[in-house]
Amino acid sequence: MIQVEHLVRRYGERTVVADVSMDMARGSMTAIVGTSGSGKSTLLRMINRLVEPSAGRILIDGRDTAAEPPHLLRRRIGYVIQGHGLFPHRTVAQNIATVPRLLGWAPERIETRVRELLTVFQLDPAQYGAAYPHQLSGGQQQRVGVARALAAEPAVLLMDEPFGALDPIIRAKAQEDLLAIQRRFGTTVVLVTHDIDEAFRLGSRVAVMSEGRLLQYDTPAMLLTHPADPFVARMTGVSDRALKLLSLTRVGELRLFPVEAATAGAAEPRIDASLSLREALAELLWQGTGHGIVCDATGRPLGRISVADIAAHGRGP
Amino acid sequence: MALRAAALGVLVLFLLRPQWFAPLFTPLTQYGAPPIYDQGNLLELALAQLGTVLLAALASTVVGVGLGLFVTRAAGRAFLPLSRTLVDIGQTFPPVAVLAIAVPLVGFGEKPTLIALFAYGLLPIFENTIVGLRSCPPQVLEAARGMGMSPAQCLWSVELPLALPLILEGIRLSLVINVGTATIGSTVAARGLGEVIIAGLLSSNNAFILQGALLTGLMAILLYDALVGLERRVCRSVRID
Amino acid sequence: MSTTAAVRVFLRRLPVDPLGTLLCAVGALALICLPFLVFKANRIVPGDPVDLAQVLAPAPLAAAALVLAAAGLCAVFAAGARLRLLAGLAGIVVIALVAAAGADVLTPAGNRVVRVAPGAGFWIALIAMALLATDAVTRMRPRPVVRVLALAVTVLVVLAVLAHGTFDQLSLMREYAAHADRFASELRRHLWLALGSLTAAVLVGLPVGVLCHRVPRLRSAVLSVLNLIQTIPAIALFSMLMAPLALLAAAVPLAARLGVRGIGAAPAAVALFLYALLPVVGNTVAGLRRVSPAAVEAARGMGMTAGQVLMSVELPLALPVILTGVRVALVQNIGLVTIAALIGGGGLGSFVFQGIGQTAIDLVLLGAIPIVALAFAAALLLDALIETLRRGAAP
Repeated sequence: MIQVEHLVRRYGERTVVADVSMDMARGSMTAIVGTSGSGKSTLLRMINRLVEPSAGRILIDGRDTAAEPPHLLRRRIGYVIQGHGLFPHRTVAQNIATVPRLLGWAPERIETRVRELLTVFQLDPAQYGAAYPHQLSGGQQQRVGVARALAAEPAVLLMDEPFGALDPIIRAKAQEDLLAIQRRFGTTVVLVTHDIDEAFRLGSRVAVMSEGRLLQYDTPAMLLTHPADPFVARMTGVSDRALKLLSLTRVGELRLFPVEAATAGAAEPRIDASLSLREALAELLWQGTGHGIVCDATGRPLGRISVADIAAHGRGP
Repeated sequence: MALRAAALGVLVLFLLRPQWFAPLFTPLTQYGAPPIYDQGNLLELALAQLGTVLLAALASTVVGVGLGLFVTRAAGRAFLPLSRTLVDIGQTFPPVAVLAIAVPLVGFGEKPTLIALFAYGLLPIFENTIVGLRSCPPQVLEAARGMGMSPAQCLWSVELPLALPLILEGIRLSLVINVGTATIGSTVAARGLGEVIIAGLLSSNNAFILQGALLTGLMAILLYDALVGLERRVCRSVRID
Repeated sequence: MSTTAAVRVFLRRLPVDPLGTLLCAVGALALICLPFLVFKANRIVPGDPVDLAQVLAPAPLAAAALVLAAAGLCAVFAAGARLRLLAGLAGIVVIALVAAAGADVLTPAGNRVVRVAPGAGFWIALIAMALLATDAVTRMRPRPVVRVLALAVTVLVVLAVLAHGTFDQLSLMREYAAHADRFASELRRHLWLALGSLTAAVLVGLPVGVLCHRVPRLRSAVLSVLNLIQTIPAIALFSMLMAPLALLAAAVPLAARLGVRGIGAAPAAVALFLYALLPVVGNTVAGLRRVSPAAVEAARGMGMTAGQVLMSVELPLALPVILTGVRVALVQNIGLVTIAALIGGGGLGSFVFQGIGQTAIDLVLLGAIPIVALAFAAALLLDALIETLRRGAAP
């Protein structure tokens, strides 16, 4: 879908992005993580050519992005930034309609799309469509920002620290929503963050950058178990890497010991299949039972899980 | 609101039927001098002054906003530091001095007044245009560019609307200063209500002075008020925080 | 690569300064196309342009042209601000000296009737050079102390040159010579009116501002009244105050003995005081509002009384903003005093309006140029003071 080939960006003598190559698969969510000044934002902004590469090229669907006028390219790519950047002089509906209007969509089609997006983002169109950004809460503004980026049904969505300005609870909800939206529209998402937990939570693959270089580009589990570099190991966190590894897998994904409904004791705690192993472990430790019954969303028992089963998944290579 | 309507009513009535107010001004006159200005039509003078002010403001707006746009684009960046300094220096120029210096250049009459009003009115508009355009939040500009707006689209549909409140405020400041300066323009033979005041000063007729002052004062206040109202209407939605 | 492309690349490498190029072009065009000096048979008639080449000796003229050309080159190509400042100053000096030399040659010895006035070419070239110097100064961002020193040096140099008599034959200085006796007293009068009314406005406005800060309901009322006063045109307010003051003088003999009269300085002083109130009160309120609540809270927590909090925390922290209001009021007052001349209040405005009445341009400038210079100097001094305070207070 997106191919980055030997990308370089220099500002005078300073090299901000040094020879980065990576592929992002269609429908994937890629998180680029690094400290400030690592070049992660510059790399992202070269994809929609807000920054022009000094060398190298980027292909989207096999087509060189340099072949197209930058503003036309950007209309095909969604873009979300920290602090949302909503137009303060336009209503929520007008904000969302920005790119469709630039593309010359018919008014009815724009209206339908705006309604659809507002509904998807849990904002009542009747109540919020005519509101101005300053009348919304921070979380709502952020959702409108994402809705606006998705308005013209872009195949690619770029996000630069999209949740940086949100408080932890709203932030978790926004991450949850993003995952749902991405599954629903099948959008290819590239997301920049400095928060490794956010990167692991959202990214199917994570790219770690430092001082302009791409140190490792892999699945979260591989980054934890096989860090390519001491910096990657430090970045992913040595002290709690076992727990991080556990949080990557959900209970429902394990092979469980089948359990007869009759033998499932009332004393055993129920563990929801959608919990991560980390959450399940915490629950079992809290209950002090050492094992529990895994249930699906309807409460039907799927099997039995023990602390030892979970612990086995947190073991390093 | 009622106060405003009353002020407007008094102004219009005075301009149309000045003789009705004669009894009020008679106590101020001495030796049987006329209580109401009799050397010209008050309405004509008021309209002439308003016309001069509006014409000058139109010219300052076109040039001020145009220059403000120019120095905030890439092509005009080199002129930005100097133009900001010039605005600072220019605002220390008293409007009367600008008027006085314009007389030797173009002679007496409407022209020096127009030039002085134009030159002096330029400063607040130019300054507020620059400040308005530069105070546009960087994230908003980034978002506009990131969504694929061309520089012209960005200017028209984001930067200018966001700068509009400040630009309008500049136009208002400029207009209010201009009404005052236009009054002084009567000393260089421009037609306006200043004529009434000066006639009063020359003939020691306090009635002329007071009615001239009252009419210009009312005009300035109503203009100020109308523009504040316009700003509120136009900018109700724009709030940058 | 085509030739045009090569030229374009060459030009891009060459550090051509667009602003300097524009100023240089305007200045050169003005010098070539517009009259540099104007010869007038007396102070009122319009004059005839003077051809400098026929008046001045070729050698000094060539030297002046050379200096101006060098200054122009600096303006177009030089990147350094210091060099550009030097070029601008050199240009100003040369243009002024050429005008003085031309006036000396053109004025017959002992003739006090003919006038040699600077022409449009002189003024435009001078302004172009001044803008070049101003741009350089803007880019150098001198510290407040340096700015004040530069102002002092400039004032001293200008006064010394004027006293020396270099420009005595130029029309403006001839006009000054004719009015020298009145000039000093009108200047004093002008400053007295501007500063006296400002002082009164500060003495009244500061307590009113503090009160407005404490009592929010008072704030909007006071500020809207002051805003209203500000929109009344100066000439209207000046003359409106004449009537009540005349009545006061007639009714209270003591007031009349103190110099309160309907005509003259009293209505001017009152009007200037009223105009100056808005910036002082408005900025006092704004300055106090911007004081960090944490600082006030801490001061109170340490046991300061309300008065102590005001005097040792709030006012000092609000001082830069309050002084900004004082600056606005002072600059505004210096300009508005001019209008006092219309109601017999005196000041430099009397030259301006007399000049307008006599169509004597030199007399207008004799009033207007010092007014502009005073306002500029006042703004520069107060700006320097404010910036020094801000730097001192910066965390």
